[in-house]
Amino acid sequence: MAADIEELKKKILDFMAKKSKFKPKMYFKDLCKADENAKLREIKKAASALVQEEKVEYWSSGSTTLYSLKGASAKETATFHEEEKE
Amino acid sequence: MHKETHWKHGGIVGVFGYGGGVIGRYSDAPEQFPTIAHFHTLRVNQPASKFYTSRFLRKLCDMWDHRGSGVTNFHGSTGDMILIGTSTDNLEPTFYDLSHQFDMDLGGSGSNLRTPACCMGKARCEYSCLDTQAICYDLTMTYQDELHRPAFPYKFKFKISGCPNDCVAAIARSCTSIIGTWRDNIRIDQKAVQAYIGGEIAPNAGAFSDRDWGTFDIQKEVIDLCPSGCMYMDGNELKIDDRECVRCMHCINVMPNALRPGVDCGATILNGAKAPILEGAQMSTLIIPFIKMEYPYEEFKDFVDLMWDWWMEEGKNRERLGELIQRQGLSHYIVDILGREPIPQHVREPRSNPYPFWKEEEVPGGWKRDLADFRARHLA
Ligand code: HEM
Ligand code: HEM
Ligand code: SF4
Ligand code: SF4
Repeated sequence: MAADIEELKKKILDFMAKKSKFKPKMYFKDLCKADENAKLREIKKAASALVQEEKVEYWSSGSTTLYSLKGASAKETATFHEEEKE
Repeated sequence: MHKETHWKHGGIVGVFGYGGGVIGRYSDAPEQFPTIAHFHTLRVNQPASKFYTSRFLRKLCDMWDHRGSGVTNFHGSTGDMILIGTSTDNLEPTFYDLSHQFDMDLGGSGSNLRTPACCMGKARCEYSCLDTQAICYDLTMTYQDELHRPAFPYKFKFKISGCPNDCVAAIARSCTSIIGTWRDNIRIDQKAVQAYIGGEIAPNAGAFSDRDWGTFDIQKEVIDLCPSGCMYMDGNELKIDDRECVRCMHCINVMPNALRPGVDCGATILNGAKAPILEGAQMSTLIIPFIKMEYPYEEFKDFVDLMWDWWMEEGKNRERLGELIQRQGLSHYIVDILGREPIPQHVREPRSNPYPFWKEEEVPGGWKRDLADFRARHLA
């Protein structure tokens, strides 16, 4: 079942907007909760398209990558603490 | 002195559309140290086997003097060329130079496929059972999306060695180790064996010759050290019981003029190596004993699809493939996910756990039992 990509993009943005209020940076696994029925590869395609459209951006520690709404994670003061930084 | 670091890790640095390849590093005291307010690193996808012309390297250094700090690291553990130290506004221009003037791309960082790496393989090494460079290049090109747009639970590494000497340490450092091997017999040149015995050819290709180790003793230095004890002299002939050979490479390394890998070549695939962070360092474990690695590597890529689908679905955030295999079980991975037959070689220590492939539904009562009920029938 190939989900409509525009619909999926909207679902992801809505989901991120909601979640962003308390946690601006999220894992790819979190994005997948935007539509439990969609395949992971479809979510990835939609998320990559949102990055191209500059609505979503990547945050990277070097070892781990997180997604956030454009501008959202810059406002957040450093809350990403991990035992392993690289 | 307060002994606290003033480096901040991570950030929204990258080149447009890419989720990997740039590692953001900032100083939290930019007023004090304005020249290193930013000190980002770029990982640049190295050419297979790391072959360069000096002209390329000179040009790269000039570019990096201009765009960055001039400090480099050849190479990072992943394999990439590491360009250390530039500011956010220099990232796009550097990427433009790399892609337009050097024909180079960024490598992997973050939760994506890391730049695949290989040994020098057939380009310079006669032990090689694989065209390691062709495989490395093909995997890099096939999985561009996985390399640049991170959507894995964590990092993922492919490393390719042409023979079991494993010069890229694939078995210690990669989620999927591809190691060249052969399934026919070691080729023996009996005349060259005699030349080694007679001292005409230096053993170990002349290595360790800084000390006098005495005359070469084939019994002591080769036959007695074969881990499976499958070599012997039959008169003047060296014999190998190839069915017992575990491809350790020892005899071939000592007498490369006399012994060579077979000709029916392919790869052994192992999964799950990682460095110490969570449960401690772990080596890859055997998954596929022999697979032909010929272009376009379809059988291998079908395996990769099964492996990645499972890990993307089941892997927890920041859980490596090796940790997922440990958590859900090797037998589950091999049998249920990959659909492969379990074989004795999959079992590392048969004597400490003789029943690794039993499933819960095959055991009456399953894995759970009521201890009180058991104790009613058995004294403690
Ligand atoms: C006490 C301080 C630090 C510790 C313990 C540390 C530790 C590490 C370790 C263990 C690695 C992995 C090495 C590898 O696998 O190749 C690494 C990589 C890295 N570190 Fe650090 N680091 C420290 C400070 C810094 C600083 C100050 C910077 C930059 C200003 C930095 C930038 C990097 C980068 C860019 C990499 C990736 C290099 C590569 O791709 O090979 N680190 N660090
Ligand atoms: C279903 C029942 C049993 C199972 C599954 C079982 C399993 C095993 C296993 C896996 C070993 C280790 C073998 C090795 O590593 O060499 C072993 C050793 C041994 N078992 Fe059992 N065993 C069973 C019943 C018994 C019984 C009823 C006895 C004695 C009355 C017994 C006596 C021994 C002894 C003496 C050894 C040591 C043998 C040696 O290491 O040379 N076992 N057993
Ligand atoms: S791994 Fe084997 S084939 Fe590759 S360079 Fe080392 S010895 Fe040669
Ligand atoms: S490769 Fe290793 S196991 Fe095989 S015959 Fe030579 S020494 Fe023995």
